[in-house]
Amino acid sequence: MSKRPLPPLGPNRELTLPPTAERKLANGLTVIALRRPSVPLVELRLRIPFAKAGLAGTALLTQTLFSGTETLSTVDIAAELQSVGGGLGAGADPDRLLISGNSLVDGLPRLLGVLADVLANATYPADEVATERDRLVDRIQVAQSQPAHLARVALLKRVYGTHTYAVQTPAPEDVKEVTPVQLLALHAERMHPDGAILVLVGDIAPDAAIDEVEAALGGWRGVGPHIELPPAPQPSPGPLTLVNRPGSVQSSLRLALPGVPRMHPDHAALQLANLIFGGYFSSRWVENIREDKGYTYGPHSLIEHSVAGTILVVSAEVATEVTGPALLETWYELGRLATLPPRQEELDQARQYALGTLQLGMSTQAGLAGLASTYAGYGLRLEYLAEHAIRLAATTLEEVAAVSARHLAPAKAATVVLGDAERIEAPLAGLSTVERSTPTT
Amino acid sequence: MSARNGAVTIPATNYPVERFTLANGLRVVLAPDRSAPVIGVAVVYDVGIRSEPEGRTGFAHLFEHLMFQGSENLEKLAHFRHIQGSGGTFNGSTHLDYTDYFETLPANALERALFLEADRMRGPRLTEENLRNQVDVVKEEIRVNVLNRPYGGFPWLKLPPVMFDTFPNAHDGYGSFVDLESATVPDAQSFFERFYAAGNAVLSVSGDLDVAGATRLIEQHFSDVPARPAPQRPDFDEPDLTGERRQAYTDRLAPLPAVASAWRVPDPIDDFAAYLPYVVLAEVLTDGDASRLVRRLVQRDRTATSIGGYLGFMGEPFETRNPTAMLLQAHLPPGGDVDKVLRTIDEEAERLATDGLDHGELERTVARMATHLMRDTDAVLGRALRMAVLEQQRGNAALINDLPHLLGEVTDEQIIAAAGTLRPHRRATVEVQVNGGTA
Repeated sequence: MSKRPLPPLGPNRELTLPPTAERKLANGLTVIALRRPSVPLVELRLRIPFAKAGLAGTALLTQTLFSGTETLSTVDIAAELQSVGGGLGAGADPDRLLISGNSLVDGLPRLLGVLADVLANATYPADEVATERDRLVDRIQVAQSQPAHLARVALLKRVYGTHTYAVQTPAPEDVKEVTPVQLLALHAERMHPDGAILVLVGDIAPDAAIDEVEAALGGWRGVGPHIELPPAPQPSPGPLTLVNRPGSVQSSLRLALPGVPRMHPDHAALQLANLIFGGYFSSRWVENIREDKGYTYGPHSLIEHSVAGTILVVSAEVATEVTGPALLETWYELGRLATLPPRQEELDQARQYALGTLQLGMSTQAGLAGLASTYAGYGLRLEYLAEHAIRLAATTLEEVAAVSARHLAPAKAATVVLGDAERIEAPLAGLSTVERSTPTT
Repeated sequence: MSARNGAVTIPATNYPVERFTLANGLRVVLAPDRSAPVIGVAVVYDVGIRSEPEGRTGFAHLFEHLMFQGSENLEKLAHFRHIQGSGGTFNGSTHLDYTDYFETLPANALERALFLEADRMRGPRLTEENLRNQVDVVKEEIRVNVLNRPYGGFPWLKLPPVMFDTFPNAHDGYGSFVDLESATVPDAQSFFERFYAAGNAVLSVSGDLDVAGATRLIEQHFSDVPARPAPQRPDFDEPDLTGERRQAYTDRLAPLPAVASAWRVPDPIDDFAAYLPYVVLAEVLTDGDASRLVRRLVQRDRTATSIGGYLGFMGEPFETRNPTAMLLQAHLPPGGDVDKVLRTIDEEAERLATDGLDHGELERTVARMATHLMRDTDAVLGRALRMAVLEQQRGNAALINDLPHLLGEVTDEQIIAAAGTLRPHRRATVEVQVNGGTA
């Protein structure tokens, strides 16, 4: 049987950006509108700086922001939005609060109207706050029964020490104490247009859409402190942190390595190095511990950007009995890339993946909205992606090798393993000094 | 501002749809859309969890893994590398009634994706080594998703054995470790020969393509895939329940109780008009803070911390065949009373069946559903997948454009009638207990 040849790729298309308008309103709100008319919908993202606002209060505020205004109840708000095929929700991380939503495009005025009402007049009614407080406590309790969450908690604590990023989930006891009065105060203090960024993407005319935002949200008022977090520490190596989860049938491996922010000259090279190591399926580490050894199902390695710092996080859930060998292979693949340059084919494949997934990420309204909002939070616009594509295309093997030596060396990793300590401590202790830690909540 | 009830007009998509069948029986769907330089490619085979043989639970899913392990012209790992090295992403998934394989890529990789799918349609490399490796990987997948986490497999693996009596409908689709370990290469070979016939598959491509060029490439790569007829799909129907069924189990990792109930619904394919009202009813009951059960159970009574409703055990209303069900699932607060939650659901269903809907309630629910439908298919891959399954199960890929309007045509009377069928004696329930039920 003669072998059939793999068809070649057609030429790469240049990254094209959608028609965009941007305006800073008099109240300090930056509005970015992008036209992508693929479906008759509109996506909305409103990012409000929220550093050091308090974990418990912030978490409960995100769950009660839509619980009532001076004229609308929870049910009214939900029904108003639903009637235009709409929905709004809020979430938070240590840097910002993010309101996300969408609706049928004809419903944009009503979507903005409800948003404006909530931003100006949210009342945090006592009954609704009590209900949502209990629900939030229940959800945190469920999260605390999940190994991935517990491993994350332990890793953040290990990496960030005393920095704000060290704890990102509120304690249930703290949530129970939050009152409606505190939520109103937090809202008054932090929910300001000044420094906030609203992104709209959809079947819209960008300038006209910004006019609609101005009409709806121009009256949103308030200023407050601009709080900047101190730079986050880089992961520090040292003994492996072992978190006991008795009876666990898998171990959660987590390694944190030092990263660089998006504007750093090494960013493109580190992105490619991470892909070659374990950042996508066709990487050395995934091919090794999954496709060759069958230790794990979904290992992944990700660069995580936050405003005050960037880390590279390596994660795998592995069968308890292969915890030691899985960590050994992880170190092996990190060390191999940190000490030997990759092959040109490996770089070309990773580069093509990075460029292609940029195109894919920009091909939906929701994808564009997420990218535009995220990058805007770092002072960047989508033009950055076009420039980044050029940098990816130009990155050399030498640059990838150099950045790997600086960032992927296993000696630089902070390592956390959550699992059944009785069964995994001995094999781990054969590879590293081990320090036990009990799961914290 | 005062609450208004007037709903906006429900818009629709208008994706052009081209369909043809190759001589070997492969059905093809093309949906050109030049608005972004990307494509979605899906191949859907008409075999799923319900078709796997007794003693081989989990085999359909294990076999899905084997389809990524190399084929006639491709070494192990080559498929992944060629897709990702073209700038794309891939996956596959096993469902009750179908198995899909898909990738989304920059449009310049269309021919490469077609080559890769055609190569494994001619035959995967089924070796002992790859089989053993993927049994290990699947066991880790089951540990992550079921055994090592709270609420694993709830309710999609836990409720079917309560509701159904026959092996195809009731068994664990992820599979027992004993069955997975017993799987052999000859099992895989015969599974492929029986179910992975060109005549049992649909190829769907959406996005930045021109129809004539794509058609030529598809003929070039797929026309010499050997013709094998599609197997006859058995009728998996079971009689409706005549008495309530209920089971409970202890989840040692779960901190809070939970419950899920299911009621049989009309045949989603042969009786689509009777089925659609249930799709809408699930949302009337559970979509958001203005829905009936969220208001009652979560906001007013506080007997549940969350409630969700959907059609089909895997939550895919338009990708499920008969027999299937409407599900409601609730998570309860500490010490929560499952009986009370079930009684309240009965009460609310009866209230809806008796008093009917509020003014604007149906319109706003359907408007939100339309947004969800169009948002899901804004991605070329979501579109390719939905069209492939609609073509396979209904011979009508273009239904994708009609779904928002068809939902909009469901009437108050139909919702009322559907709500009237959610009776306790037709219900199957599974309950998650904490610490042996003493929570």
